Amino acid sequence: MGKKQIVKRLNSPDELEALRQSIVKSRDSNRTCIVVCGGTGCLALGAQEVITGFRRELRKRRLGSKLSLRVTGCPGFCERGPLVVVKPENILYQQVRGEDVPEIISETIKGNIVDRLLYTDPATGKKITYESDVPFYKKQKRLLLGNNSNIDPTDIRDYLALGGYGALSKALFKMSPEKIIEEVKKSGLRGRGGGGFPTGAKWESCRRAHGDTKYIICNAEEGDPGAFVDRNLLEGNPHSVLEGMLIGAYAIGGHQGYVYIRSEYHLALEHLTQAIKQAGEYGFLGENILGSGFDFNIKISRGGGAYVCGESTALMASLEGKVGEPRAKYVHTVERGLWDQPSNLNNVETWANVPMIINRGADWYSKIGTDSSKGTKIFSLAGKINNTGLVEVPMGITLKEIIYDIGGGIPEGRRFKAAQTGGPGGGCIPESLLNLPVDFDELTKVGSVMGSGSMIVMDENTCMVDIARYFVSFLEGESCGKCLPCREGLKRMSQILAGITEGKGKDGDIGLLERLSSTLIDCSLCALGSTASNPVLTTLRYFRDEYEAHIKDKRCPAGVCRLDAVIRK
Amino acid sequence: MVTLTIDGRQLQAEAGTTILEAARDNNIYIPTLCFNEAVKPYGACRLCLVEITRGKRERLVASCLYEVEEGLVVKTNSERISSNRRMLMELLLARCPNNREIQDLARQLGVEKTDFRLEDENCILCALCVRACTEVVGVSAISLVGRGTNRQMATPFYEPSDVCIGCGSCAYVCPTGAIGFEDVGDTRHIYWPKNSMEFKLKKCKTCGQYWAPEKQLEYIIKKANLSPDLFDKCPDCRD
Repeated sequence: MGKKQIVKRLNSPDELEALRQSIVKSRDSNRTCIVVCGGTGCLALGAQEVITGFRRELRKRRLGSKLSLRVTGCPGFCERGPLVVVKPENILYQQVRGEDVPEIISETIKGNIVDRLLYTDPATGKKITYESDVPFYKKQKRLLLGNNSNIDPTDIRDYLALGGYGALSKALFKMSPEKIIEEVKKSGLRGRGGGGFPTGAKWESCRRAHGDTKYIICNAEEGDPGAFVDRNLLEGNPHSVLEGMLIGAYAIGGHQGYVYIRSEYHLALEHLTQAIKQAGEYGFLGENILGSGFDFNIKISRGGGAYVCGESTALMASLEGKVGEPRAKYVHTVERGLWDQPSNLNNVETWANVPMIINRGADWYSKIGTDSSKGTKIFSLAGKINNTGLVEVPMGITLKEIIYDIGGGIPEGRRFKAAQTGGPGGGCIPESLLNLPVDFDELTKVGSVMGSGSMIVMDENTCMVDIARYFVSFLEGESCGKCLPCREGLKRMSQILAGITEGKGKDGDIGLLERLSSTLIDCSLCALGSTASNPVLTTLRYFRDEYEAHIKDKRCPAGVCRLDAVIRK
Repeated sequence: MVTLTIDGRQLQAEAGTTILEAARDNNIYIPTLCFNEAVKPYGACRLCLVEITRGKRERLVASCLYEVEEGLVVKTNSERISSNRRMLMELLLARCPNNREIQDLARQLGVEKTDFRLEDENCILCALCVRACTEVVGVSAISLVGRGTNRQMATPFYEPSDVCIGCGSCAYVCPTGAIGFEDVGDTRHIYWPKNSMEFKLKKCKTCGQYWAPEKQLEYIIKKANLSPDLFDKCPDCRD
């Protein structure tokens, strides 16, 4: 951002539109722009070297007028990072190294393509030039992620150029709060944090609740192992989340917002902090937003590393400065939440969906997806899959399409065994259900959950008992310990599963696991405990023979568990 | 007033009361361990779970926290409830196999043995001591430290607490006798599961009996703005 921009707070929708036009006008859409992914994934793979390389070369060769550089959030194809896209043609270079930079620049200004850096389609063996032709992107519907490569998340002007904060302007000046809530209800948007509660209905309850003040909260405590959806949204397009919160706040009647974000998300935190600062400077936060008379402020609160703080009541306790432990939700948080005031909490991805619903309308939005689950869902694909990364798909797409068409299947020609969706409290879905349409209700039917969108793929070399043991021991470590079934029950479940994987399993273990599971579901205080048995119950349901092989034959069919040491005794 | 049905009996309760309170007012037994009228309900032991029906939906709720509603139908002892209570007791019995209170309650709920590996604790982490210390006494000398299975009841850093007044409320409310309490000569001993403290007792000017911790009396004098010599004599020797 080198130059210090002189910023004037915008005081009307007209001023916003004029600013947008002036930004667009000042930019030559035909000028070549080199886009480098600066998301956490690509940075881990060495993107910083690429970014520094481009900056140095462009300066050295005085090419600033011909080529521009934009460092953006993640476009999703983490497997092939560091990623570079040459715009406006959208030529995709993958696995780019610092030493490739001079060649990319030289060839780009000549109008050539660097063949060796193109992606090779493993199916055909052919090189693919353009991003949109890569199979990984083809079946996606990137409503939320699509703009990432057009936005430098540290520069609000990129977001504004794309019509950013236009939905806020429309909401404030052309819609009543009731109309906004009606629109969100009609869109069919359901909470992306895991529960899938209808967002519009939640807003309505919070709007109707009595209280001195109402709080608007964004849950960015994304703690599921293998989940990085919210991190990427905040890293790549933080203003879309802020705009969603602003629209929600206006509809509900709240004036104070909080983003509760995990401290491990350094880059997301940095971009979010910058975005809030810039939004304030331009007049999208603070008093009298866009001259509408509506006031709203957002504070950031950093989580201390407790998984359970992703649970709404624990999160609110933590925001209050108390120990992050859940409480019973018989009185909903929309009635009595943060500091006993009506509080509306939504997840990052939920908030990010709001601006486009307002912009393009509920009718458009509700045409995407299935009867009960509308819109798109972002999944973080991880585990034994060729294309690790972030994918955005319409609700209702089959598991098979995600894993094979987008994910590129299982590495080394191995056989697919199961996909675990929804984090530790989700279930393992077997090969026989690969044609399952993925939406909130279908996932629940097979014993799993949507959760926050992690999808961990396992191949034939995975032991399902060991997987259940892993997730249960994760949750045992993250249980807050307040309620008896979760604290003591997970400890016992973990002991039994460890015993089975060590060859000490005995008759009755499976029955005991099932009884424990049913008590965890029925009796736990919060969703951490009540969903904790999903990995156990689904592996028992779909892979019972593996448990039996461990217990009866002291054999691990996948060859993962070391049971022999025990047998020799 | 709200009309509800508990175990087939139609009864009335004031709005704002919990199912547990309404049941107890009508002599309907619901087991509890983490409940005490002196402090706010907490919902941690889950033994007080009851089954409620609203429309077609049945679900289990903690009766110590769920407030009565008009037309609510409550079952306190269905098969689903008792099988869950038995599992909860098995878990408790495995944690505290040598604790008399837990053994008695387990037997009462039909649990004689547990399938889990035995530990040897007395504290069930119900937090009654912590809540009494905070909500009733108002000093917050003790708390639950650690998370999940590492959770323990203790003073900060397991060190002697400089705010503890030695009143013994924690021992008094403990449902399992996990906190010990003893006056020997001029000293009061409080034994928590993981550490202990001693307190000097005040001597009665008249009879010479040691009758209360000095720190507790100082706390009462300060809190109620009383004259310091009020507690020179023990209650028996006062006029």
